[in-house]
Amino acid sequence: MSIQVNHLSKRYGSQMAVNDISFNIPSGEIVGFLGPNGAGKSTTMKILTGYIPASEGDAFVCGLNLNTDSLAVRKLVGYLPEHNPLYLDMYVTEYLLFAAGIAGVKNPKSALEKSIELTQLAPERNKKISQLSKGYRQRVGLAQALIHDPQVLILDEPTSGLDPNQVVEMRNVIKNLGKDKTVLLSTHIMQEVEAMCNRVILINKGKIVADDSLQGLKNSSPSESLESIFRQLTSHVGNI
Amino acid sequence: MWEIFKKEIRSFLGSFIAYIVMGVFLIITGIFMWLIQGNNVLDLGVASLQVMFNIAPYILIFLVSAITMRSLSEERRLGTIEILTTRPVSDISILMGKYLAAVALIVFTLLPTLFYYYTIHSLADPLQGIDTGGTWGSYLGLILLAASYASIGMFASSLTDNQIVSLIISMVLCFFWYGVLNLLGDIKALDAIGKSLEWFGLDFHYQSISRGVLDTRDIIYFLGFIATFIGGTKLVFESRKW
Repeated sequence: MSIQVNHLSKRYGSQMAVNDISFNIPSGEIVGFLGPNGAGKSTTMKILTGYIPASEGDAFVCGLNLNTDSLAVRKLVGYLPEHNPLYLDMYVTEYLLFAAGIAGVKNPKSALEKSIELTQLAPERNKKISQLSKGYRQRVGLAQALIHDPQVLILDEPTSGLDPNQVVEMRNVIKNLGKDKTVLLSTHIMQEVEAMCNRVILINKGKIVADDSLQGLKNSSPSESLESIFRQLTSHVGNI
Repeated sequence: MWEIFKKEIRSFLGSFIAYIVMGVFLIITGIFMWLIQGNNVLDLGVASLQVMFNIAPYILIFLVSAITMRSLSEERRLGTIEILTTRPVSDISILMGKYLAAVALIVFTLLPTLFYYYTIHSLADPLQGIDTGGTWGSYLGLILLAASYASIGMFASSLTDNQIVSLIISMVLCFFWYGVLNLLGDIKALDAIGKSLEWFGLDFHYQSISRGVLDTRDIIYFLGFIATFIGGTKLVFESRKW
């Protein structure tokens, strides 16, 4: 199992951001973490990357407990946070070498070349990050996440804010990466999942409302589109 | 830790902060040492760098706060803190990398003033000369003082994602620890309480080291001061986990 989550909860004050969720992701799967805004997707991802601890429950990445082996887990995980934070005044290669450095990569130069190749950043590699288009910035964020060749990639809304062409390119890049890595990506767009994922975990108000293969979810109500299944599972009275 | 250190140094150099800090420090100390009538080295006729060591703590309150104001607040504002803290580096090595980079920049800023030392050394009466022990003591004191300011500045920077707020908090705290506590010692009404408050101030120990006598109590005071503020920074930095 690449990612194992057992009865995980996160409380912010009196609010339950994540409420007792459990799931397992075997290695090599691309899993879409789906849900409306504020459902707890980002919180779960922040816990899995070791940014914040869970209030209750355990999470394991590649068999390592996040509560006790946080530093070891971080070596195995690549993370693209929501809104893709970047040092705008750095150059692309400078930033990626820095990312390689703090990830503890032994051979930063070749890691740099590899991640530039994987994310097709070559044409923009000598520019300042502030000069890049949004699509290329997103690729820099992704290149940062996979510079240390992690086994698990956690991508928080990797395609948000991109134009349709960039979305398609980004999806292809991620699909490619999914061939030899476990990918957990969050989104609130159903087509996104259809285009990339083998499996969907649907979360709403901190609880898992569906966890199924894409086909399984479609079969559950064959007459309806994924869009309306999403709406059925996540909308609630008074909010329709 | 050194990766963070290198990145910080590069960002100081890239954003011109380094050059501005060094330039401003040299210009202001230069004006006070050589130009201001009646109070400069030549008019005073004393072969010492005392003029600089008296004014530098006040200039450094501003400059060191300016160096450190973005160290953590900028990471928070950009969100890059989430990348740093999810890499296999401990929180304390992130903080130490940033802190040592600020201290290195300060030491580098002070280096050109050795030229003043050389000048005065050459101008001085060969029999009397310059007080070498006192001068090196003062340099050590100034570095420790600035390093203390840097720990305050980083602490202030951890409190907010707004650089200006961070700058102001840092300057106020530095001034309190350097200037205000020192003044309390002069208030007669406070008597012994004032004196012990003065002991907690940075200036008391700065003056003590400046005399050229290395007292381990002063060194321990400075190191303890720095460790306390870095500890406070770490506490705030980790508050995301609460």
